[in-house]
Amino acid sequence: MTQEDKIPAIEVKALDKRFGAIHAVRNVSFSVNHGEVLGFLGPNGAGKSTTMKMIAGFLEPTSGTAMVNGYDVSEDPIAVKSSIGYLPEGAPSYGEMTVLNFLNFIAEIRGINGAERHQCIDKVVQQIQLETVLTQTIETLSKGYKRRVGLAQTILHDPDVLIMDEPTDGLDPNQKHEVRTMIKEMAQEKAIIISTHILEEVDAVCSRAIIIAAGQILFDGTPAELRAKSDKNDIDDAFRRITLELPVDQGQASQS
Amino acid sequence: MKNIKTIMKRELHSYFATPVAYVFIVVFLFMTGIFTFYLGSFYERNQADLDSFFQFHPWLYLFLIPAIAMRLWSEERKSGTIELLMTLPITITEAVIGKFLAAWCFTAIALALTFPIWITVNYLGDPDNTVIVASYIASLLMAGGFLAIGSCISALTKNQVIAFVISVVICFLFILSGFPLVLDIFEGWAPQMLIDAIASFSFLTHFESIRKGVIDIRDIIYFIVLISFWLYANIIVVDARKAS
Ligand SMILES: Nc1ncnc2c1ncn2[C@@H]1O[C@H](COP(=O)(O)OP(=O)(O)OP(=O)(O)O)[C@@H](O)[C@H]1O
Ligand SMILES: [Mg+2]
Repeated sequence: MTQEDKIPAIEVKALDKRFGAIHAVRNVSFSVNHGEVLGFLGPNGAGKSTTMKMIAGFLEPTSGTAMVNGYDVSEDPIAVKSSIGYLPEGAPSYGEMTVLNFLNFIAEIRGINGAERHQCIDKVVQQIQLETVLTQTIETLSKGYKRRVGLAQTILHDPDVLIMDEPTDGLDPNQKHEVRTMIKEMAQEKAIIISTHILEEVDAVCSRAIIIAAGQILFDGTPAELRAKSDKNDIDDAFRRITLELPVDQGQASQS
Repeated sequence: MKNIKTIMKRELHSYFATPVAYVFIVVFLFMTGIFTFYLGSFYERNQADLDSFFQFHPWLYLFLIPAIAMRLWSEERKSGTIELLMTLPITITEAVIGKFLAAWCFTAIALALTFPIWITVNYLGDPDNTVIVASYIASLLMAGGFLAIGSCISALTKNQVIAFVISVVICFLFILSGFPLVLDIFEGWAPQMLIDAIASFSFLTHFESIRKGVIDIRDIIYFIVLISFWLYANIIVVDARKAS
């Protein structure tokens, strides 16, 4: 624990990503400590998902790197992937599998075996309320349930770093509330990054917010500081102010 | 190793969770039946062997194996599950090998289900069973070669139809290069060395050679090298194209 206290759980160092002519992420740096929930905000196409994919080891950065618990994602991707729970955008999962089979597969590949596996799956099924759909194939589930299966997959191995791309997208109001409560409960010992378009979520769960647009960080601070950027003390207004201040041609990931 | 097994298990399981497996097995058995009894004149030949059964396997595999292999990676890419798979603590090599082995295992099951014909020929006559065992091994190795090609090609595209067509064409070239028709073109004017080289690339040459019942280590090595080469290419393709 002492070692974990010294080094940040997630350290993003000058990440940069180009897709051909599109400069999706520009020199992004930040770090997240255990106990923090970072809200990752920004307009569509800002580069949120791309940044998260690079931290999770799915995309290779054009330059820069990310460290998770001291492991460099480009040098030791397996160590990084083991300590992360990652929810990709859209929560993809294998449609032809039943929920239970899918969770079993994830547990097995994460090296959780025997009685421990049962416990883990039971716990997460209860936490995310999947009891009623356990034997259903995932493709027959509603959108919200699919998302919940994705969430279950993310937290199954009790990772100490969570990266979730729009975790509450498509959930009903009760489930949104549940998931936010869950995130807050987990926040004490974990480092969490969530991206979201729901700004009230920032108030509800995040201890810090980063606004990114056109691949660049425009704001990094507490929700209260973000709110203070608006005359009306309104978080939506602050978001608009920050993201619309950009010159028009930089509203989206601009070509360069 | 453990990860390969886990991936393989999941993959194999999903063959049987969808109609793919059953359709494939039924079509495979039906087609081998037609080829053996109708085109191969199993009875009329009046010989106690399975020549008429095995001789059509390359042609059967040409269409059926790319049909199994086409989904291996293109589906992962299309549905986005590749992002899930590639952010689990496994290497690309493990994923590629696991998926390949699942598909290979599946074809082995389909092939094993042709056992009634083996029983039949033993019932009707007195065949050389070592030749038959060798033929089964040859057939399985050849299926592995087709699968490795198909798996690699399916990683190139999100579109399963494109993956299928390209795989069929490449597999066809690998069969063709040993076909008498093609070799005859070179016969007479090309140096024997060139003809041998072309023929040695062919599935057909090695398949036929093992099928005679004498298992030559070179034929086995050919298939192992071929499979390794295409799986290696597969790993490179997945790494390069997983996110595009
Ligand atoms: N595989 C890819 N190939 C080419 N361009 C890409 C690729 N992935 C993302 N981009 C581009 O990178 C930019 C950032 O995309 P990203 O998905 O990170 O945005 P985002 O902030 O997650 O947006 P949203 O809020 O809509 O999810 C966009 O301009 C997008 O078109
Ligand atoms: Mg996104």
